[in-house]
Amino acid sequence: MAGYIARRFVQLLVLLIGISIVSFSIMHIAPGSPIDLMTDRTTTAEDKARIEALYGFDKSIPEQYFRWAGQIIRGEFGNSFVTGEPVLDMIMARLPATLLLNFLTLIIIYVLSIPIGIISAVRQYSWFDHLVTFYAFLGQSMPEFWLALLLLFYVGLRFPFIQTTGMATWGVSIAEHGLWYFLVDRVRYLILPLAVISFTNLASITRYMRASMLEVISQDYVRTARAKGLPQIKVILKHALRNALLPIVTLIGFELPILFSGSVIIETIFSWPGVGLLSWNAVMQRDYQVIMAFNLLGASLMVLGAFVADMLYLVVDPRIKYN
Amino acid sequence: MKPNVTPGGTPHVALMPKEETYGRMVWRRFRRHKLAVVSLFVLLLLYGMAIFAPIVAPYHYDHMDFTKSLHPPSFTSWFGTDRIGGDIFSRVVWGSRISLAVGLVAAGIALVIGTIIGALAGYFGGIIDDILMRFTEVVASFPTMFLLLTVIAVLPRSTMNIMIVIGATAWPGLARMVRGQFLSLREMDYVEAARAVGATDTSIVFTHILLNTMAPIIVNASLRIGGAILVESGLSFLGLGVISPPSWGTILNGGRPLLRSAPWISTIPGLFIFVTVLAFNYVGDGLRDALDPRATR
Repeated sequence: MAGYIARRFVQLLVLLIGISIVSFSIMHIAPGSPIDLMTDRTTTAEDKARIEALYGFDKSIPEQYFRWAGQIIRGEFGNSFVTGEPVLDMIMARLPATLLLNFLTLIIIYVLSIPIGIISAVRQYSWFDHLVTFYAFLGQSMPEFWLALLLLFYVGLRFPFIQTTGMATWGVSIAEHGLWYFLVDRVRYLILPLAVISFTNLASITRYMRASMLEVISQDYVRTARAKGLPQIKVILKHALRNALLPIVTLIGFELPILFSGSVIIETIFSWPGVGLLSWNAVMQRDYQVIMAFNLLGASLMVLGAFVADMLYLVVDPRIKYN
Repeated sequence: MKPNVTPGGTPHVALMPKEETYGRMVWRRFRRHKLAVVSLFVLLLLYGMAIFAPIVAPYHYDHMDFTKSLHPPSFTSWFGTDRIGGDIFSRVVWGSRISLAVGLVAAGIALVIGTIIGALAGYFGGIIDDILMRFTEVVASFPTMFLLLTVIAVLPRSTMNIMIVIGATAWPGLARMVRGQFLSLREMDYVEAARAVGATDTSIVFTHILLNTMAPIIVNASLRIGGAILVESGLSFLGLGVISPPSWGTILNGGRPLLRSAPWISTIPGLFIFVTVLAFNYVGDGLRDALDPRATR
């Protein structure tokens, strides 16, 4: 067990180094040097050389990599080309909004998909199951931005309660308006983005839950539980569900990067002030420092998340023994 | 093959059961999945429309006519017109060329990379497996849309670049699947037998293992085409696509500022994206049932 954890940890370090190399390479596949972004035709050759030396672009590629990696380890992600602010501050300021949206989505998805998946599996090939399967195909095929635009036009613009841009009404605070007013205000802004992300992402988790449940209820121990005369509801909820849930819980690790990816589109449509909107703006303004930092941080978080999930799995599933 | 002979001695060719080829078997099983058949038909129509775009579309995609600005759908312009009087139907027909081609090419690139990496890792194992799988995990750990945004923003804007970049990020799942197949198949008796009679690594990989992995690879690829179309339309929607010739995502993005006054500009290309991806998913589902000999339906 200790051996497995150690091996898994070394693997984690290797992945983080790999991620840093890929991130670094992307910066260098851009045609021309990054300096071209900071200079124009009026810049003299001496100035260019000075900037090159300042950023270390006159050094060899491996030297540049180690210099850059050293800065990253110390938490120096550089400053934005556009605003001059430290990149890390910009990302951290926007992260809570994205996390709020994604965690709420995750809760909605799991709260809905687990019971739907169970019923669908227990009543396999019933009209309910067919409806769920059909929905799963719709949800997986529907472009998020299209659904968002449809909802925006056919729902958002018709019901004044529903807000279509932003995250909260300016000036609304708990201190001034009370908790209830504050929450209702938040909900007005959350409804549409949550509806869109949940609708499209619910589909795959529901399918996994259904498949996982189907597999478990055909196992011997479930048959045994039935044979000794336990009522159906007890068999399903006590004996089958626990085991069927295991693979679904680990899916959270895979679902998070998908949700994060989706946040670029959703946040641009609803002007949600999170990291998705930030990166889109950064791309549009060619502010590469910001988006590179986000790529690096995002990928590193995913790898760390997977590591934590694996460790949790060790605790949750006693059947797994690693040599 | 010896002709079937009745006790009387006369050959009865007609009584001989016709040997069913693999292709026929697959088609027979595929046909049972009604939605998959309908989807295949829809896809053939769409690809036909893309190929014959110059004949099907009444106007060129760059056509403009300021006297017909923002007409709603009617008999003369089926899907309405945009601000500069461009015919949305014609633009959607031309747009199908880009969207459908991006799907095919990007999925093709992912297919080649994923199969090669998965096959090498699964067949050789050991240190090669370790290196390739860590590389796969690194690529898979980047949030796709952010990675795509960065790369597309950095590279010169062209449909070809978009295809390559989508393909280059879409292969990790496939590589894992192929690796798993190779890991289990290389231990099979028949592979051992082939090795015993002196088959080379190359011939074992290609004729003995890869052929037996084709079914899941094909299913995965068909799902990936739909996925690539979604990703491309997403990028175009974010304004990172190629403006002319337009893809469905580009047309949709163009209609966003006019959503209130001319909702058809955005709604219709979106419907095409949705139906196409749905069709690919159903065809993939049908193929899974048809190609998997263990599946019983």
